[in-house]
Amino acid sequence: MAVDATVAPTTARRSLGEVLGVVFGPVGQLLAFIVGSAASLSLIVVVLALILSPAQPDMMQRVLIILPQVIIDGLVRGFLFATIALGYTMVYGVLEFINFAHGEIFMIGGVVGATVSFLLVSAGTLESVPPLVFVLLVILVAMAFCGILAVTVERIAYRPLRNAPRLVPLISAIGMSLILQDLARLVMTSTPLGFNARYQTPNFGQPIQLFTMEVGERSVPVILIPRDLIFIVAATIMLVVLNYVVNATKLGKAIRATAQDMPTASLMGIDVNRIIALTFLIGGALGGAAGALFGLRIGTVNPYMGLIPGLKAFTAAVLGGIGNITGAMVGGVVLGFLEAFVAAYLSIFTAGNFSGAAYADVAAFSILILLLIFRPSGLLGEATTQKV
Amino acid sequence: MTTSTSSQSLWQRVTAPLSSGPAAYGFLALYVLACSVLLLTNPRTELSTDIVFVLFMLSMLVAYRSRVAGWFKVVLGVVALGVVLPYFGTLNPFYIDVATQAGIFTALALGLNVVVGFAGLLDLGYVAFFAVGAYAWGIFSTPQISEINPAWGPVDPVMFYPFLIIGLILGLITGVLLGLPVLRLRGDYLAIVTLGFGEVIRVVANNLDRPINITNGSQGIRAIERPPLIIVDQIRNLGIVADDNRLYQLFFYYLVLIIVLLTVIVVARLKHSRIGRAWEAIREDEVAAVAQGIPRVRMKLMAFAIGASFAGVMGVVFASKQLFINPPTFDLLRSINILAMVILGGMGSIPGAMLGAIIVTMLDLQILPRIAAVLREAQAAGAPIPRQFDPTQYQRLLFGLLLVVMMIFRPEGLWPDERRREEQHEVEIADEELEADKAAK
Repeated sequence: MAVDATVAPTTARRSLGEVLGVVFGPVGQLLAFIVGSAASLSLIVVVLALILSPAQPDMMQRVLIILPQVIIDGLVRGFLFATIALGYTMVYGVLEFINFAHGEIFMIGGVVGATVSFLLVSAGTLESVPPLVFVLLVILVAMAFCGILAVTVERIAYRPLRNAPRLVPLISAIGMSLILQDLARLVMTSTPLGFNARYQTPNFGQPIQLFTMEVGERSVPVILIPRDLIFIVAATIMLVVLNYVVNATKLGKAIRATAQDMPTASLMGIDVNRIIALTFLIGGALGGAAGALFGLRIGTVNPYMGLIPGLKAFTAAVLGGIGNITGAMVGGVVLGFLEAFVAAYLSIFTAGNFSGAAYADVAAFSILILLLIFRPSGLLGEATTQKV
Repeated sequence: MTTSTSSQSLWQRVTAPLSSGPAAYGFLALYVLACSVLLLTNPRTELSTDIVFVLFMLSMLVAYRSRVAGWFKVVLGVVALGVVLPYFGTLNPFYIDVATQAGIFTALALGLNVVVGFAGLLDLGYVAFFAVGAYAWGIFSTPQISEINPAWGPVDPVMFYPFLIIGLILGLITGVLLGLPVLRLRGDYLAIVTLGFGEVIRVVANNLDRPINITNGSQGIRAIERPPLIIVDQIRNLGIVADDNRLYQLFFYYLVLIIVLLTVIVVARLKHSRIGRAWEAIREDEVAAVAQGIPRVRMKLMAFAIGASFAGVMGVVFASKQLFINPPTFDLLRSINILAMVILGGMGSIPGAMLGAIIVTMLDLQILPRIAAVLREAQAAGAPIPRQFDPTQYQRLLFGLLLVVMMIFRPEGLWPDERRREEQHEVEIADEELEADKAAK
C-alpha cells in the first residue's frame, strides 16, 4: 500500500482500549440517538393524543397499541437510510461532491441479490441452502458487484471532471443515475427476472414474538419478523466494521487525510486517486449491501426504486452533518424514526384525511429543506471535526 | 488538434462565401425554397420526410448564423415558420404537433436557461412551476372547481387569455416562495432541494384529492377546456373547410410561436441588461460579485422567479393543448428532459437553448420511434434483438448518456455562449488567435 510509506515509523501503536473506544464510541453515540429520538417522538405522539383525546376517547389506546411496532419499523427504516447515507457522506467528505448515482448503486445491489436468489432457484438448490448462508451469499455478491460498479462509474464519469466547476460533475452524476436505471431495466426485462424481480428465499422461520402490548382491554402481540432482524443485525455489523476501518487502520487514516486536504495528502505520498477509488468501493459496497437487504425485506425490486431512498439517504447524511460518518448513521436513524411516526400516525391524528404513507415522503423532504436553511451543518456538523 | 483546425478551415472555406455577401441571399432563399417544396410535395410520414423536416428546421439556424441583412432573416423566418410549416401541418398533422411540442419546450428551455445558464443555479424541480400553471387552468376550466366549492363553476373558456397572465403570476409567486428560503444555499445543495421540491409538488398533486378534492389525485384532470377560436368564422367564410381539431392544432402552433418569440425577446433583453450582467457576475464569482455591490439574494430570486413565470405560462398552454393532465406528467424525468435541452445547446446561450429544445424534442418524437420501427423490422428479419427492447421507452438512457457525454467532452454545449466559451477554453482560444495572427503576417 502506498500509505505505508507515509506513516512515520514513530507512530505509537494504539492500545486495544483506545481502538475499542474509537470503534465503539460512535456506536454508543448512535445508540444514544436511537433511544433519544424514539423516546422524544413517542412523547410527542402521546402528548398529541392527550390533546386530541377529549374529542376521540379511544385515541390514546389506538396510539399506544401500535407504538412498539412503529419503533421497530422506524429502526429498520433508519438502518436502511444509514447504510445508504454512508456512501454519500464518504464520497462527499473526500470530494465535496454529491454522488447522485448512489441511489442507483443501492438499486443494483437489490437486483444483484434478486439474481443470486433466482440462480439458486433455477439450480434447484434454494431449499437446501441454510438461511444464514443464503443471506451471506446474497449480501456478499451484491457488495462485490456494487463496489466494483461504483469504482467504474467514478472512473468513467467523475474522474475526468475532477477539476471542473462544481455543477459539472453533479450533472454528470445525474446522467449516470439515469443510465444505470435504464441499463438495469434493459437487463431485467430481457432476462427472466422481469421488471419487478422477486426474491425467493429459504424459510427464515416464524416471526419472533417479543411481548404482548396490552392497553385497556385490547392486546396486540409485538412481533419482529426474521427479515427485520437480519436487516438490523447486518447493518449494525457493517457500521461497526466501517468504524473500525476508518478510525483504526492506516487505510482509514489515509482516507481521513485525503478528506481533510487532498493536495497535502498527496504530498505526503498518499495516492489520492487510489484512495478516492477505495472510498467509492467502500461506499458502493455498503450501498449494494443495503440494496440486497432491502430486497430481502420487501420481497421485490425494480429498476426505479433507487431514487427516493437515495434522496432520503442524502437527507439523512445532511441531517447528521455531511462528511461525518457517525453523523450519517445518526441522521439515518433519526430520519427513519421520523418517517415511521409520520407514516403511522398522520392518518390517525387527521381522522384519515391525510394518508400517512403518502405524506411520509413529503415529511422527509420538508425536513431536508428546513434543515438546509436553518442548520446546514447538521446534527453533528460542527461539534465533531472528524471528517471523512 | 491540427487535423481539427485544418478540417475547420476547410469547412470555413466552403461556407464562407455562402454565409456573407450576395451569394448568401441566394443560397438561403434557395435552401428554404428547396426544403419547402420537398416538404409540401411529400407530406407522408416517412424517413425521407423526417430528414427534410430536420433540414428545414436547420435552415433557420443557418439563416441565423449567416451574415445577411436583418430584414432578410425576418422574411425567411416569417415565410418558413409562419406560412410553410403551418401549411405543411394541414397536410400532415403529425409534424405540426412535433413543431408545437418543440415550441413549448423551447420556451421552457429558455426559462430554465435563465436560472441555470445565466444565474448558474441548478434547478432540478423546474417542472413544478410548469405543473402549477397547468393545474391552475386545469382546475378552473373544468367542473373540478365545483369539487372545491359547490358554489363555484368552471370559468368561461375565453378566460384562457387572461389565464396566461395568471399562470405567469402564479409561476412567479411559486418561484419567489421557493426561492426565498433556498437561495442562500450553495449550488449542489440547491440542486437537491429543488429536486425534493419538485417531488413534493408531484406527491401533493397525487394526494390532494382528500380531504378536499383539489387535484383529483392520481386520476388527473380530464376534458380541460380549449379557448374559443377567435377568427374561425372569418376563416370559414373564406371558403376553407377545416374541422375543429385541425384549427386547434394551427391555433396552438401560432400561440406557441408567439409566446416563444416574446420569450426570446425578453430573455435576450435581460441577458444584455444590467440584471443579466449581475447574474453572470454571481455565476462566475459570488464573493467578488457581492463585493461589487450586487444584491446577491435579490438577483438570484429574480432569476428564479423569471424562469418560473415562463414555465407557468407554458403550463396553461400545455394543459389546454393536451386536454388531460395527471401527476406523472410532471415527474423528475420531465425536469431532467428540459435540463438536457439546456445543457445540450449550451448553458447561458439563447440560440443554444432553442437548438437543444428542438433537437431533444425531435429525438423524442421522431427519431426514437423511427429507430424503434427499424429495430422491429430487423427483429422480424431474425436479428438477435430482445423483443422487450423498445428505444422509445429508453429516454432515461438517452438523456443520461447525453448529460454524461456533454459534461465530459463539451461542457459548454453545442452552441456555446461566446463569453462562456472563452472562459472554458481560454488557452485554446488564445492559441487560435495566435495562429490567426501568424497567418495574417
